[in-house]
Amino acid sequence: MEKVMIEKVCMLAGKIMLVSGAETYRVEDTMNRIAAAFGAVNAQSYATPTAINFSIDLPSETKFLRITKRSTADLHKIAAVNSISRKITAGELDLQNAFLQLKNVEKDKAYPPWLQIIAAALVSGSFAIMFGGVWEDFLPAMLAGGLGFAGMLGMERFLDIRFLAEFFGGFVIGITSSFFLSFGFGASMDMVIIGAVMPLVPGLLITNAVRDLMAGHLVAGISKGTEALLTAFAIGAGVATIFGFM
Amino acid sequence: MIIIAQLVTSFVASAGFGILFNVPRSALVQSGLVGMFGWILYYVLVDAGMDVVPATVFGAMLVSVLSYTSAKIYKKPIIVYTVSGIIPLVPGGIAYNAMHQFVENNYDVAVQLSAQVMLLAGGIAIGLMFSEVVNQIIRRMFMRR
Repeated sequence: MEKVMIEKVCMLAGKIMLVSGAETYRVEDTMNRIAAAFGAVNAQSYATPTAINFSIDLPSETKFLRITKRSTADLHKIAAVNSISRKITAGELDLQNAFLQLKNVEKDKAYPPWLQIIAAALVSGSFAIMFGGVWEDFLPAMLAGGLGFAGMLGMERFLDIRFLAEFFGGFVIGITSSFFLSFGFGASMDMVIIGAVMPLVPGLLITNAVRDLMAGHLVAGISKGTEALLTAFAIGAGVATIFGFM
Repeated sequence: MIIIAQLVTSFVASAGFGILFNVPRSALVQSGLVGMFGWILYYVLVDAGMDVVPATVFGAMLVSVLSYTSAKIYKKPIIVYTVSGIIPLVPGGIAYNAMHQFVENNYDVAVQLSAQVMLLAGGIAIGLMFSEVVNQIIRRMFMRR
């Protein structure tokens, strides 16, 4: 019974981290540490972006969990699981409480969508300035970036294929920026688009892919790198569609 | 004056990205500052005439060192700080330009720009590994004694 519970807690912790966009080496490390703290010395774990394998000892049977839907990034959940794992290793949490706390973390949400859209708009405006734009580019980049991000979030609810949502986000950015520029709102179309596209850029995937590759997790690194490449291509194609009509 | 504008915008950009990536509220300001310092180092170096690739490596190194120290101080996983901190250095502008040239059939320019994007991504990777490598070397040296 005890063993089943340890497995449950480890799997849940691993699942939350993986779904929230953690590096796979961190997922495996956390699961092993939790298991060791509860007395399972020889726990084996293997995580890829799409599945987790975990067995509590070599002769015991393996638990397998498939991960179908990955969110882009929920760094606060990774931090929360991390601090729970620290408490477990320090001996401050027993199995039952650890399971309950992890269940709470799974439901948690850090920021509402409207705040994220505002943040995306501010990010877009700032990047237009940082990449060498003038202040006239700030407002149009802000609006285009906010609309594009909102479009992507909206499409994500209807579509199961994330790349199509990202394509749509890029498409909205292309249309709105060329619309603004045709009225003389904004100084340079390139700067407005570059700024507006930045919130969609798969920055987390790129850094994670690199870190996983360096940590020797070749499968995870390559699959995340491919996902990043596909995302970048989807956004680029979305924006580029508008140049086809000009 | 330009530097102040760059400082403010890079802080807003990094902290805003923190919100997009659901960074814990208590870490938002730090991740914004990490991104700001990394970008300013890059900006100053490029302004002084350095090539963009080494400048990106140095910027990423600063980001990784700052992230590592904040991760140690605030006891949070390092990924919370690096992800939004590294964002300003990601070559989004050049990648976009490369895409634009591809669409307009200027393949020679497009391939040149894509190669530069690959180099910059590699530079970011090297810079990000920096603090980890230094940390491992220090730890091994202490272990031996």
